[in-house]
Amino acid sequence: MKLENEFWFDEDAGPLVRPYAVARGRTRPTRHNLEMTTLVVAARTDRDVNVDREYAHILRMCQQPLSIAEVSATLNLPLVVVKVLLSDLIDWGLVIFRSPPRTSDVPQMELLQAVLDGIRKL
Amino acid sequence: MAFVSSETSVTHALSARAVKILIAGGFGVGKTTMVGSVSEIRPLRTEEMLTELSSGVDDLSGVEDKTTTTVALDFGRITINPDLILYLFGTPGQERFWFMWDELAYEALGAVVLADTRRLESCFAAVDFFERREIPFMVAVNCFDNAPLYEIHEVREALSIDNAIPTVLCDVRKRNSSKQVLVTLLEYLIGLARSATAPAEADVAESR
Ligand SMILES: Nc1nc2c(ncn2[C@@H]2O[C@H](COP(=O)(O)OP(=O)(O)OP(=O)(O)O)[C@@H](O)[C@H]2O)c(=O)[nH]1
Ligand SMILES: [Mg+2]
Repeated sequence: MKLENEFWFDEDAGPLVRPYAVARGRTRPTRHNLEMTTLVVAARTDRDVNVDREYAHILRMCQQPLSIAEVSATLNLPLVVVKVLLSDLIDWGLVIFRSPPRTSDVPQMELLQAVLDGIRKL
Repeated sequence: MAFVSSETSVTHALSARAVKILIAGGFGVGKTTMVGSVSEIRPLRTEEMLTELSSGVDDLSGVEDKTTTTVALDFGRITINPDLILYLFGTPGQERFWFMWDELAYEALGAVVLADTRRLESCFAAVDFFERREIPFMVAVNCFDNAPLYEIHEVREALSIDNAIPTVLCDVRKRNSSKQVLVTLLEYLIGLARSATAPAEADVAESR
């Protein structure tokens, strides 16, 4: 795979280059139901899980629920790479996730009303 | 010990949900400014690698004639309550990229199409996109200084959109104005949801 070469970061990106290597050029997450607004949160609070640095970084970030888009923005990595890393963490039981509600779900009205109330309070 | 799969425990540990609204419109129309003016965080930037198929691609061989582009979009966050987070995504100015980004529009609650009266045509593509995808949208005219002033009905005519589609004037640099746009969108979405459920209830009543 040429992925590392094609998307190699600047020198000053430093440690951020590694996840491409960690992702080993994988561009297909094992979990296909991860989306930009899927929320992820660390399943455990203990900090000394023995995982590579990027995974540990994600676990530290995700003590509170965060969207995959936020993880991607914070790590400065494309969504697809972050999804590969998160898929691993989910497979290992270290991260849990929740997909965004389908718009076909029934209590759509309550959801919309809650969003409206929240915006009005801004 | 039985290993509890992460998905089974989801509902217990992660009750929060996230929804999204798209802020679309032509290049430089104020999408990022609007996201920033209502977001509780400084707008963040995420990117995706999109693969564009060139013409005449043989699906079976799969590798040739593909070009990968990195497309960035800005987003902000509004924590509605501990269990509900709203994300606002400003679509990339260059439409030809986000049009191939299926996930971006997927399950969006709705969209705001920002328009600039100096070049109304730059939002045609976004209007067209949401109409095709049947994603409810509204139009917000971002009033730039010295831009020609139009009446709302003139904007609707120029964009050939239905009277039912909310069309408002705004100044996205002002938090309150951006907030008002979002309120208008949500009221519109609630109206749509209501009229979508009303006939169904009537059906139920009839079948009794
Ligand atoms: N006068 C005036 N300037 C504005 C307004 N909204 C945005 N601007 C300016 O217009 C420029 C473009 O705004 P952005 O928010 O970056 O526009 P955008 O739609 O995100 O642009 P792209 O992502 O590049 O397509 C910035 O310099 C803003 O400060 C407005 O309501 N009035
Ligand atoms: Mg922008």
